[in-house]
Amino acid sequence: MNDTTASARDTRRAPLSPHLRRLESESIGIIREVAAEFRNPVMLYSIGKDSGVMLHLALKAFYPGKPPFPLLHIDTTWKFREMIRFRDQIAARYGVQLLVHTNPEGLARGINPISSGSKLHTQVMKTEALKQALDKWQFDAAFGGARRDEEQSRAKERIFSFRSPGHVWDPRNQRPELWNLYNTRINAGETIRVFPLSNWTELDVWQYTRAEGIPVVPLYFAAPRPVIERDGQLIMRDDERMPLKPGEREQVRMVRFRSLGCYPLTAAIDSRATTLDAIIEEMLLMRTSERSGRLIDVDEAASMEKKKRDGYF
Amino acid sequence: MHAPRPQGAQSGLAGADAALESGAGKALLRFLTCGSVDDGKSTLIGRLLYDTQLIHEDQLSALERDSRRHGTTGEELDLALLVDGLQAEREQGITIDVAYRFFATPRRAFIVADTPGHEQYTRNMATGASNCQAAVILIDARKGVLTQTRRHSYICALLGIKHVVLAVNKIDLVEFSAARFQQIVADYLGFAAALKFTSIASIPLSARYGDNVVHRSQRIGWYEGPTLIEQLERLDVLEGLEEKPLRFPVQWVNRPNADFRGFSGTVASGVVRPGDPVVVAVSGRESKVQRIVSADGDLPEARAGDAVTLTLADEVDIARGDVLAHAHARPEVVDQFAAQVLWMVEEPMLPGRSYLLRIGTRYVPARVTSLKHKVDVNTLEHIAAKTLGLNEIGFCNLVTASPVALDAYEENRATGAFVLIDRFTNATVGAGMISFGLRRATNIHRQALLIDKSARVRLNGHRPAVLWFTGLSGSGKSTIANIVERELHAQGAHTYMLDGDNVRQGLNRDLGFTDADRVENIRRVGEVAKLFVDAGVIVLCSFISPFRAERNMVRELVDAGEFIEIFVDTPLEECRRRDPKGLYARALAGKIRNFTGIDSPYEPPENPELVLVPSPLGAEEQARRVLEQLKVRRIIV
Ligand SMILES: Nc1nc2c(ncn2[C@@H]2O[C@H](COP(=O)(O)OP(=O)(O)OP(=O)(O)O)[C@@H](O)[C@H]2O)c(=O)[nH]1
Ligand SMILES: [Mg+2]
Repeated sequence: MNDTTASARDTRRAPLSPHLRRLESESIGIIREVAAEFRNPVMLYSIGKDSGVMLHLALKAFYPGKPPFPLLHIDTTWKFREMIRFRDQIAARYGVQLLVHTNPEGLARGINPISSGSKLHTQVMKTEALKQALDKWQFDAAFGGARRDEEQSRAKERIFSFRSPGHVWDPRNQRPELWNLYNTRINAGETIRVFPLSNWTELDVWQYTRAEGIPVVPLYFAAPRPVIERDGQLIMRDDERMPLKPGEREQVRMVRFRSLGCYPLTAAIDSRATTLDAIIEEMLLMRTSERSGRLIDVDEAASMEKKKRDGYF
Repeated sequence: MHAPRPQGAQSGLAGADAALESGAGKALLRFLTCGSVDDGKSTLIGRLLYDTQLIHEDQLSALERDSRRHGTTGEELDLALLVDGLQAEREQGITIDVAYRFFATPRRAFIVADTPGHEQYTRNMATGASNCQAAVILIDARKGVLTQTRRHSYICALLGIKHVVLAVNKIDLVEFSAARFQQIVADYLGFAAALKFTSIASIPLSARYGDNVVHRSQRIGWYEGPTLIEQLERLDVLEGLEEKPLRFPVQWVNRPNADFRGFSGTVASGVVRPGDPVVVAVSGRESKVQRIVSADGDLPEARAGDAVTLTLADEVDIARGDVLAHAHARPEVVDQFAAQVLWMVEEPMLPGRSYLLRIGTRYVPARVTSLKHKVDVNTLEHIAAKTLGLNEIGFCNLVTASPVALDAYEENRATGAFVLIDRFTNATVGAGMISFGLRRATNIHRQALLIDKSARVRLNGHRPAVLWFTGLSGSGKSTIANIVERELHAQGAHTYMLDGDNVRQGLNRDLGFTDADRVENIRRVGEVAKLFVDAGVIVLCSFISPFRAERNMVRELVDAGEFIEIFVDTPLEECRRRDPKGLYARALAGKIRNFTGIDSPYEPPENPELVLVPSPLGAEEQARRVLEQLKVRRIIV
């Protein structure tokens, strides 16, 4: 299989429900608004299913033209190899400009998710890296694929989320946001994070992905994969950099991922879902939330809010 | 830990089955919870999420942890913690900002905005309410109708919410008393009659114990109406947006290549089809819709809510901010209108000050020309006022720098709503709902003039300008301005001096020194200066003019390059030492109030054309630098 972007797994394309059409239109409106008002916007592309939907919406928003902004991927160097392959294929397939940034100092210091710990790794290789990239290219607005249903502090965030110089989010003092009259005005040094998928749920994202035939990383589908059990979580050892602990043993299990990040920090789930339909069905019966497989969210209380204040997405 | 269940509860929903059926395809309802502090709004949303089984296992264990740490409910789960997601909210046990949550039952999908009860955070409540079709207004059964109940009800009504559920909460704390419930409902209905809601359904419930939320309670046997969820499921909130006249605010001009020119936007109301004749509301230019372009192929029609791209049959000049409409049902085009304004920042709204107004996809400078009255939210009485403070609501007349297309908010939210933005901080300071247009801009035809400014320039031999001297009292503005005028006059230039003290004795005799009056003072001076500039004159204005916004307002009245801001930057200590009129002494003694530099702020210019610091050679030297500037800028030769 050389083109992993192929969406051949589900050939059926259902017509959009009124609910999804509404969400789609709202998001397209938000994306166009940014293109119209900002000098130098960028779309954060994290390779996951939400990014996939967001990119798809951007392509639709400017049809027959192309999105007037590049994609930006913050590469921690610890993403699944399959993700990176997919990313490059997507960029080529849609002819969009893809920028990739890795925090050079973090790399030089050898920061990694295993011996540095998830907290430091996330801080240096994701949050700091993102801020570096935004400053380097002087982006004044950045799209992110975050949804309000993902996490409690995200449920509190505006669609146009104002960041003061230094990319700081002040949750106690957000700009009022009435109707769809987004305030796009900023002074020098200030930026806006924009979340076009704010009102989407995980279910919406999958149903839309299916309806529109949007390609997704194959890791979302169940397949036999080599995993180890660590702290009650299933971790896939994607390369040699992750040493086995005493007593740990690689075993091949039928697993998939609900959410994709750095491989040592992203847990797999046992699953037989090999199609989008099966994923959707499985998701509806799931007793745990989507982010429960993300090891970085639980590393301290209120951790997402804290990271967001620091400039994380 | 557990969340308590009402005794003898009948099971309402089956979790996974409900979820399987839910969401897509159902008419979505957007509602908010509002009311006074601690009435149980967040607990109610938590309860709705919990009882519709939308809480996952890992979220539940997090909730248990959080309840032990921050809970307000002893040994039980504190369901409010499911929505109060910010650290500060958990620590203080209050809601600060709106949380948006999603849930569904077999009958309907919901987006709920949980809004804060504290008056301080009213703007966040308004943010949450602005996109809602229904409001659940909570009342603590022990406390009854409070000021915040009334304020939130009034804001809901202003924002066009037609359907209210009055949730009389904490009914467990009043022994499930029917009499208490009826008394509160009667109180509320008495107040709300004036607000003209289409429906008000009153329900006795307990958010904490779940009575009558999702499960019917046996403890409130005397109540026979619907549970909260039943009421929300059955609400009919048809907005009829598609039946309204077409409004298509142009958001983005799509020009990928020379062959394609499309106008992208979201249909705000109505329906548009290829072949429809349309007009650009403000310019009145007409054309025909050629195609409705989408990534899924051309569409036979686009309806309210659809984000599409239109192409037109003719090359018409259209830009972002324009509104397309059908010729027979156009929006109003005016530059003055009346509106309700909710003020959302500490710094008061000042009539006369220039703000940036955003309506639809358009930004335009605007001023509030007059504040007719503000509203007492308790009695709904109108009170005379000069300014609007934080969280106050007033009825205003506004004027925009150029005509805009609009409808009354009642007719159309999309073309009748606006926000006001501070031009320096860019903060969103006000939210407005248009009541009616005041004057048709198209009716004012300016008198065409035979002799214009350029003709006068040729005759005068110099260009007109406004020399705006700003600085503290005693900084030397008038002294310098006088010398400059003397020199200009000697060179044969036409000049005129507008001085703070002189103007205040005549034209602005009716104005004092409050912030509002200071703004009006400068506005009038600006308009007069503009007339002089039109007459070809160099106008010298020396005014303390402490606020950037007003100086900028004058700058915008005249053409580019005609406004020369001269910052007489004499330090406060020096001005106080000089104190030529003895004013500082009196201000410091508390005999003059609102004195700039003492108890009233001075905002120094950010990019003045010229800064004059005190010179050892005195005011003559400073005046010489002004004249030099005028030569550099080719005002004089
Ligand atoms: N006995 C009883 N207590 C309740 C009920 N509903 C809420 N409470 C309690 O009232 C307190 C305040 O509840 P919240 O849900 O935080 O109130 P709120 O209206 O969201 O408060 P703000 O958002 O800060 O205005 C909490 O301790 C709740 O447990 C109820 O029906 N019965
Ligand atoms: Mg609350």
